[in-house]
Amino acid sequence: MYLSKEEEKLLESDNETIRKAMEILVAIGKIFDADRLIPVKSVQISGISYKNIGDAGLEWFESLNAKFVIKAMINPAGMDVIRWKEMGIDEGFYRKQMRIINALIRLGADKTLTCTPYYFDSLKKGDHVAWAESNAIVYANSILGVRTNRESGISALASGIIGKTPNYGLHVKKNRSPTVIVDVKAEINSSADLAMLGYSVGEKLSNSIPYFIFRNSIEREWLKDLGAVLAAKGNTALFHAEGLTPEYGDFEIDSLEREVIDELEEIEFDCEPDLIAIGCPHLSSSELRQIADLLFRNDKKVRKDVWLFTSRRVLEENEDVARKIESYGVKVFADTCMVVSPATENYECVMVNSGKALTYLPKHAGVMVKFGDIKECIKEAYR
Amino acid sequence: MRIPCRTISKGYAEGELIVSRKNFSFLGDVDPESGLVKAKDSDIYGKNISGKIFAFPTGRGSTVGTYVLLRMKKAGSAPLAIINEKTEAIIAVGAIISDIPLVDGADLSKLKTGMKVVVNATEGYIEIPDWL
Repeated sequence: MYLSKEEEKLLESDNETIRKAMEILVAIGKIFDADRLIPVKSVQISGISYKNIGDAGLEWFESLNAKFVIKAMINPAGMDVIRWKEMGIDEGFYRKQMRIINALIRLGADKTLTCTPYYFDSLKKGDHVAWAESNAIVYANSILGVRTNRESGISALASGIIGKTPNYGLHVKKNRSPTVIVDVKAEINSSADLAMLGYSVGEKLSNSIPYFIFRNSIEREWLKDLGAVLAAKGNTALFHAEGLTPEYGDFEIDSLEREVIDELEEIEFDCEPDLIAIGCPHLSSSELRQIADLLFRNDKKVRKDVWLFTSRRVLEENEDVARKIESYGVKVFADTCMVVSPATENYECVMVNSGKALTYLPKHAGVMVKFGDIKECIKEAYR
Repeated sequence: MRIPCRTISKGYAEGELIVSRKNFSFLGDVDPESGLVKAKDSDIYGKNISGKIFAFPTGRGSTVGTYVLLRMKKAGSAPLAIINEKTEAIIAVGAIISDIPLVDGADLSKLKTGMKVVVNATEGYIEIPDWL
């Protein structure tokens, strides 16, 4: 891998954090046969949950001594940093988790903990970033046409300190070409339909670059849920959708194998929900308003625990909406989600509208799951 | 005999080899406190990688494995150095942040458990006894 003179110097830096960050990028570059380092516009750092990285990770984050040279965003943590007690999080966990977050903020990271960095970064087609959370990666590549590989938390952090990433994989245009056509003849009427589609085909599409053809018109925002579940099920980092995504017309697709989906699979999940959890990935302003609307139409308190998850920034921009939602007995948490928080483990059966949460909750939190779109979730809250 | 390798994480170590022919995950395959291999399907099940030079084809599994390596280093149970056929990012990053020498590009077929070897990851070679 070619390194410029300045880059070579960073490998000999007196600052250990900078030296290690550079060593990490060079090692990854060697592993993937990158030709050089290229600048990135932002990084998004995952793997910051105390539950996963433990004391070793915590102490490592605290030992770092440098500043991010580009915008650095952080993935959700194990709890709402303000209302953690309401989530049933114990103080020991809270303290350790805060030490990890504060260590990253000291390095210059943005305070917003979210899996939806794409709502807060103005990026355009062809820009390069180094993001680590799987739904953020697939959203950037597919829906924005922004280029990122599947980074780990540490490689993204190293890129934040150096401002660069090794040039290989999805940073290179020719590697972004579709590898299979998925011809969806089944009618798609909601983001929940797309989540179900992704849930049933995600594994089969594992590590491929699908090119979706939809027969009826669908909204671009629904693709967020499709990407999230494809990433959870099959590590998908990029898909194209005819007429919808920015790069769909850039490649030759005539010779590709074709997978036809005639109808959506009915997947049965049956349990009696004691928690309804919405916001995986984190809710946008418009999704939050949609839920407020549904509650307003019922205009009474919910009868079950309902947790919504969004980013602190969306929450602050929608204070009135959140207050309205909370007046119906629903909790709106920030900084965390049902997948990364240990709080979910206190329940038996969780109802979700997310294919990604559906994939991860049984495995990571040991709970049963039930699926429904947002309307069905709110309906369940009143049962 | 000196075998040239590729530097991934710099450093120098000499010690006894432990060789596995299977891909390794630091999350799940090993007890981080003791260094004992606990994966029943491993060809080095029940053996200890702590204080040894650990050779295996490549890493697999969760990226949390990176932190397990760091935890082992802090607990004093980490391998002295790692030799891979073709390394991957979980092991590479774990070795770098834990200051464990790591080289790859080595032909593992020449390496056998119990051999005394030198790993010079800074200069990019390993040395095995000449009489082999």
